[in-house]
Amino acid sequence: MKNRLKVLRAERDWTQARLASELEVSRQTVNAIEKGKFDPSLPLAFKAARLFGMSIEDIFQDDAQT
Amino acid sequence: MNDSNTDCGGFAARNKKNTLRLGYWTGAWLITMAIAVFGPILLWQDKVLTGAAIVINVAVGIGMIVANKRHLEGLDELQQKIQLEAMALALGVGLVFGLGYSTMDVTNLISADAEISHLVMLIGLTYGAGVIIGRRKYQ
Repeated sequence: MKNRLKVLRAERDWTQARLASELEVSRQTVNAIEKGKFDPSLPLAFKAARLFGMSIEDIFQDDAQT
Repeated sequence: MNDSNTDCGGFAARNKKNTLRLGYWTGAWLITMAIAVFGPILLWQDKVLTGAAIVINVAVGIGMIVANKRHLEGLDELQQKIQLEAMALALGVGLVFGLGYSTMDVTNLISADAEISHLVMLIGLTYGAGVIIGRRKYQ
């Protein structure tokens, strides 16, 4: 699954640690999601969507659709 | 909320607290285990005292199990996944190699008795290796 977390984070000039703090996860988890090595759960995806004021589909894209 | 570049605010603090609590319980369990094992050899020859030491060791062990459960529940989803994979590996290796080791003892393929401590060490080392592999995998 692809995602725009890194871009959205960079737009706000946030570090991975800051984003991790906002999402209440570890920095390693943010890093793994950004690199596409780990797909977040639906609750965490919703949390990220709420944080950035976007829909889940605006942040996360299924590989099969791209 | 902490805006530091190096930590993750409340999550990191909670995790640290849970890890420390688990460390204290594990340390206490090890100490009570040492007392229960070495006490009858070095300090007393009373069966009641030995029984009490074992009961205390098991009680502290239950506390350690609860602390471990809380520690795992406090982790985020990736950390829990890493722990799950490491524990699955440790359980599988412990079961397969532990029973193989025991069978070698039962069938007298090895001259020495199979020791449970060897199995505990194998499980511990496999679990540690599993955590390291998991962390590298998701780096």
